[in-house]
Amino acid sequence: MSGLPKRILKETERLMADSPPGISAAPKDDNLRHFDVTVAGPESSPYEGGIFKLELFLPEEYPMNPPKVRFLTKIYHPNIDKLGRICLDILKDKWSPALQIRTVLLSIQALLGAPNPDDPLANDVAQNWKENQSAAIAQAKEWTRQYAN
Amino acid sequence: MSSDGDNDDFLYEDEYDDGFDQDDIDSTSEPDVYDAMSPAIEEAPQKKPYDVSWKVKTLQEIIDMQNKEIMKVQSLLEVPASSAAILLRHYVWNSEKLQEQFWNDPAQALEEAGLSPPSSPTTHTSTQPTGLFECPICCMEYDYSSTYSMGCEHRFCKDCWMEYLTGKIKGEGESAKIQCMESGCKRIVREEVIDDLVTHDISKRYHNLLNAAFVADSPTLRWCPHPNCEYIIECSQAPTRMLNQLVPTVECKCGHDLCFGCGYSASHRPVLCRIVKLWEKKCADDSETANWLQANTKECSKCQSTIEKNGGCNHMTCKKCKWEFCWVCMGPWSEHGTSWYQCNRYDEKSGIDARDTQAKSRASLERYLHYFNRWANHEHSAKLDAEFYQKTEKKMEQMQNSGNLSWIEVQFAKQAVDAVIKARITLKWSYCMAFYLKRNNMTELFEDNQRDLERAVENLGYLLEQNISDTDSIAKLRQDITNQAAYVQKRHDILMDDTLRGYLERRWEFTVDT
Repeated sequence: MSGLPKRILKETERLMADSPPGISAAPKDDNLRHFDVTVAGPESSPYEGGIFKLELFLPEEYPMNPPKVRFLTKIYHPNIDKLGRICLDILKDKWSPALQIRTVLLSIQALLGAPNPDDPLANDVAQNWKENQSAAIAQAKEWTRQYAN
Repeated sequence: MSSDGDNDDFLYEDEYDDGFDQDDIDSTSEPDVYDAMSPAIEEAPQKKPYDVSWKVKTLQEIIDMQNKEIMKVQSLLEVPASSAAILLRHYVWNSEKLQEQFWNDPAQALEEAGLSPPSSPTTHTSTQPTGLFECPICCMEYDYSSTYSMGCEHRFCKDCWMEYLTGKIKGEGESAKIQCMESGCKRIVREEVIDDLVTHDISKRYHNLLNAAFVADSPTLRWCPHPNCEYIIECSQAPTRMLNQLVPTVECKCGHDLCFGCGYSASHRPVLCRIVKLWEKKCADDSETANWLQANTKECSKCQSTIEKNGGCNHMTCKKCKWEFCWVCMGPWSEHGTSWYQCNRYDEKSGIDARDTQAKSRASLERYLHYFNRWANHEHSAKLDAEFYQKTEKKMEQMQNSGNLSWIEVQFAKQAVDAVIKARITLKWSYCMAFYLKRNNMTELFEDNQRDLERAVENLGYLLEQNISDTDSIAKLRQDITNQAAYVQKRHDILMDDTLRGYLERRWEFTVDT
């Protein structure tokens, strides 16, 4: 695809050649700004063993504006809502153009390992997480088993 | 921007009397730049204890205020001007606190303000000024002369800098807190760097934003809220903590009144800012609709549809789900057995409670509507001001023609209209005030004053509507209107003076916290 900035080409190249452990990202054939992403649930987290699908889109203003990322796989997590939207600071006000697709995906993987119910996006999940953590974790495990294969 | 406007200080009113001043001094306010920057205000006679002094400033004066302070800090701390500016903004222009922190630990003070380079692991760029440089943002290669680093080890090409800064300034409206492009690097971009890296328009916008932030951060400054007005009001006598006993109405050079306390774009005297906010919220949101629903409707005990009973017996059949129930006890109709049309559960506790809540809710709604209707009536009248002036002007012409009066001699009519309009605004707010006042003797006195003013305004309004027939009646009418207008003015001043003094004397008790 012509007209793609060098930065995006370089990032794509590196992602394909040397992706971080547990993470894969490949651009779609028809739109090289649109990536199919998978993230493996981190070890010793309720999401362990699950493979989560996400979509990532690089807007026209990238890298001055952050990429748009969304979970496609259903997931029980206090910072991810029903539509798969993610509450993560670097995707919003803490975005820096020096960050990359790679760093964003690593941060999302880290978010799976460290849910933050005090800054919730999915209120019901966050409340459950705070009030009855073991039940919430069991639920997250169940959803991982059921949907993230 | 009228940045080069005249520098005349607009001095309107003056110092507090002693009692009030005392209150100001023994407070816990720290002296800061804003206080230091406001020169002492001259004495003047006949100042009411509840009035505040203020000055109208131009944008240029606001810029001068900042520059003066920046120069002071620059020479005191021996740092460059742009560093002094960043430090001052970080400490919200409190130069005493800044100096204290700075002399305590200069390195830390600089770092906290975003002036020292923290190390960041992600983008290590070589600092050798030879060869080509690959910008980590756009991945293009540049000559070193086309790149820029703030001295924090993070180097990027000037194109990326420009795009980044333009986005921050234009897109996000940021100014004083724009950081290095590197993730996690807290170094603040200096003014001169921004001026150098972005276009002239963006740099102008950036400086406007800096000035806006300076005014917004200052407790003694406020932009005039009127459209297209670019003046700034300076007032040091209405800090937030005083707003429970002070209604700091001020007048801008543009000719409009505003409240310095809350930024309301007209006078809302004699009502406190907080009460105005409560009232506006109450009138704007759906809470009163909800009150009405609560007072007049019940929910179907099966499908929860809202039902208004507008007649008939207590045997209800929900139109939606066909459920049959008793309006009184809300129980299923089938359980009423043979005691149809007379609910034998009526006197049970749950039934009594339900009735009580409904009655209370209804009473509170009626009370609110009483005050709201009067408030809204005056609000509506105020909207017809222009028409009122026009009608009066016509009448004034008529008087000049038929009554052989000169232009000057008919001005009494316009003055009377001025008095009516002013009094109506005060009356309007007096109903908001009364709604929140506790019922006691003081409130009764307040309502007496309110009633007297209301009556005086009505009489004057009536006189102004009178038709003019002959020369004799004009002379009499003129006398009546002049007298009545003076009376309205007097009643207005009494209501205003008594109410505003009442705050200082802590006479008013409200049903809500102030």
